[in-house]
Amino acid sequence: MASLASEFVGIKSPNPFWLASAPPTDKEYNVRRAFEAGWGGVVWKTLGSEGPPVVNVNGPRYGAIWGADRRLIGLNNIELITDRPLQQNLQEIKSVKRDYPDRAVVVSLMVPCEEDAWKAILPVVEETGADGVELNFGCPHGMAERGMGSAVGQVPEYIEMVTRWCKQNTRMPVIVKLTPNITNIVYPAEAAKRGGADAVSLINTINSITSVDLDAMSPEPMIDGKGTHGGYCGPAVKPIALNMVAEIARNPETAGIPISGIGGVTTWRDAAEFMALGAGNVQVCTAVMTYGFRIVGEMISGLSSWMDEKGYSSVSEVVGKAVPNVTDWQYLNLNYITKAEIDQEACIKCGRCYAACEDTSHQAILMKEGRVFEVDDSECVACNLCVNVCPVEGCISMRKLAAGEMDDRTGRNVPAEPGDWTTHPNNPAKVIAAQ
Amino acid sequence: MQNSQRTPGVVPGRLDQATYRQNFDDLHAPLDTHEARVAADRCYFCYDAPCTTACPTAIDIPMFIRQIQTGDPDSAARTIFDQNILGGMCARVCPTETLCEEACVRQVAEGNPVEIGQLQRYATDHLMAQDPHPYSRGAPTGCKVAVVGAGPAGLACAHRLAMRGHSVVVFDAREKAGGLNEFGIAAYKAPNSFAAAEVEWLLGIGGIEMRYGQRLGEGLSLEELQEAFDAVFLGMGLAGVNALRVEGEEHAHVRDAVDFIAELRQADDLSVLPVGRDVVVIGGGMTAVDAAIQSKLLGAEHVTMVYRRGRDRLSASTFEQELATAKGVKIVLNAQPVAFNSDDGKTVSSVTFAYTEDGPTGLVASEETFTIKADQVFKAIGQALSGVPGVLETEGGKIVVSDSGRTSIEGVWAGGDCASGGDDLTVTAVANGRDAAEDIHMALTGVTAVAAE
Repeated sequence: MASLASEFVGIKSPNPFWLASAPPTDKEYNVRRAFEAGWGGVVWKTLGSEGPPVVNVNGPRYGAIWGADRRLIGLNNIELITDRPLQQNLQEIKSVKRDYPDRAVVVSLMVPCEEDAWKAILPVVEETGADGVELNFGCPHGMAERGMGSAVGQVPEYIEMVTRWCKQNTRMPVIVKLTPNITNIVYPAEAAKRGGADAVSLINTINSITSVDLDAMSPEPMIDGKGTHGGYCGPAVKPIALNMVAEIARNPETAGIPISGIGGVTTWRDAAEFMALGAGNVQVCTAVMTYGFRIVGEMISGLSSWMDEKGYSSVSEVVGKAVPNVTDWQYLNLNYITKAEIDQEACIKCGRCYAACEDTSHQAILMKEGRVFEVDDSECVACNLCVNVCPVEGCISMRKLAAGEMDDRTGRNVPAEPGDWTTHPNNPAKVIAAQ
Repeated sequence: MQNSQRTPGVVPGRLDQATYRQNFDDLHAPLDTHEARVAADRCYFCYDAPCTTACPTAIDIPMFIRQIQTGDPDSAARTIFDQNILGGMCARVCPTETLCEEACVRQVAEGNPVEIGQLQRYATDHLMAQDPHPYSRGAPTGCKVAVVGAGPAGLACAHRLAMRGHSVVVFDAREKAGGLNEFGIAAYKAPNSFAAAEVEWLLGIGGIEMRYGQRLGEGLSLEELQEAFDAVFLGMGLAGVNALRVEGEEHAHVRDAVDFIAELRQADDLSVLPVGRDVVVIGGGMTAVDAAIQSKLLGAEHVTMVYRRGRDRLSASTFEQELATAKGVKIVLNAQPVAFNSDDGKTVSSVTFAYTEDGPTGLVASEETFTIKADQVFKAIGQALSGVPGVLETEGGKIVVSDSGRTSIEGVWAGGDCASGGDDLTVTAVANGRDAAEDIHMALTGVTAVAAE
């Protein structure tokens, strides 16, 4: 049986599934229940400086979008960092860590962008026995208006500076949590690395308005007739998060920096995908906020079965396995030519492929007598839209043309050798082979 | 004295009131908003959708389902009513399992179609619960049209004619409109006087005058109508019943199923309706099934439905057959009645059947017979045209019509069960009435509806 034991920047946990810094990790009661359910670790909900705690709104703090049967697809929140006294949080962290020494307890921090503020909080966290700290440079709402959270995370120089302060003032591993609300995720990641960060975690939530109440003419969630942008998370953001994780994993400047993957992780498969793209572990929030802590049981059994099936014996063997296959568009093989193929046995004759191709694409699907849908190879550019809109999984597939086979669309035979844009004749900047 | 299911003879009050209410309540509870959204989400919005093709009134089903799915049931209802003004009743009585839902690609793929009928009911109920009537009368054309029969065909025709600005007078032999919707279908398919409410709602368009107690051939003649009106539409259904011609048919408690169903539909109190302890229904169509199931629901102890041919020839759908057997009706196939027996020489006491074989020369009765105890027998072997003026060309017991409903006589259209073409279904009758109205409009004004819009 594959071992799910995880070690992330020296922090050990029985599995790579941590709970992200968020409402589920705001207090001892929740975290104990999470550990009893089997979670490998938690990142404690963000602590602020000593003093009067922040306050939250007293109306709705979450908004959502749903799929069929009200399956929650995306969640948005305008909750701030912990609104409980610092000392209470610290005592609870200490108590939990004492009782669960095998679990990871990392503490999320967000204090003003002044060295003294960081110098003050780091030692008191260290005293709890916590395994590490995560710098919250990510929250896009509320705290950012006060110069914290994503207001720091959007300025690489600040990231580097604060990270350096922290590394100089604690022995604990420092994980820098990144905001996706930037132009290029690589810049803040590089800044974290320059500052000495042990790891980065991403993504934090995405700036968003989930919906508009068309009667009140107000964004949701609505507080007394008004709304504000909040942080978006849940299954809907996973593709964005996967790309950002991969970009950091394959960027030469940041390659090799440990990554804690966050963003819509809901199932074992999501976790495996994040790890394949370079995440050493994953953090989960929306999924437990939707279904409760018990889902970790499925994540543990699912990842374990899959690893057994594939012959992986440890989590570290999976991490980064797909990174070499993430490349730039210009290096994609233009001589890889496929054609859509419809399995007539599986086809249920709904005609969605036809509507999609005929109305919006390449007119490459023919509708024949008796609602028989066939691909016209002379028009098919293999765009995959028909595959994506077909309600029957596996009904439409892409067949790779063999080398030497005629592509009916271009009238040319498929070359045996790969060829990409860098050498394509239409590329004005093509690389000329050495004479 | 309270009777029970075991009380012999044809008696009322076999059940308690609560059981009657439960037995004749809605066959399918309506969907609530969440259920409708979930059901609607299963629709694939097929291209050139097979469900629409399968619908005799060609409702744009994917469109109305998408409108429900996006939280706009009123627009969904308009999409339905544009094609089928009796969409509310059709949502309840259509044999969807042999029409739209049979054609649904998810039926083909998974044996589990989108619940089109239920979704149609959700949308139409939503709009019908509101005032005013969603359609308005067209600018008056000055033309007058007579519609004979206030059933689905006549009502659909009258409504469409009113939309096009014609004045309409509807004549019906009974004292109440609705036709088979009101008198002919099983009560549990449209409880709470839905048929009557639908007629009232439909007439909300205005410009339609109702005249009751007017039967063609009995004081009402086609010639008079042709003289007094610019056009005539005949939609009087099949008022006669086929004769069985079996020995002993005259015994008491041997009667036509259509009369029993009509009586049941008009009863204010089901507990006063007498029903036998041992009921036999002869026939294999929807009327036979409706009579059999409702006999059982009224408290008959044993109900047997006997059809002379095999299962493949039963015109009642599989769903109807299964409903019947689930309610406790026994279905006997390949047997025809040879005698209605009577112990006292007055009332029926049993029916003797002969097994049949469907050979190359037609149906042949075998020598082998069997007898079923029966204190009440319902005959449901089909309805027939009656009271039709001899000048109209008929074929196979139906008035011959063109695709647009024109009969052999100029200025006279016909549709619904009395006319040739299509199945004898409410939805087919609606399509006939609607299409005839458009053709009448074109004939009277020289303008096609499409061009006018």
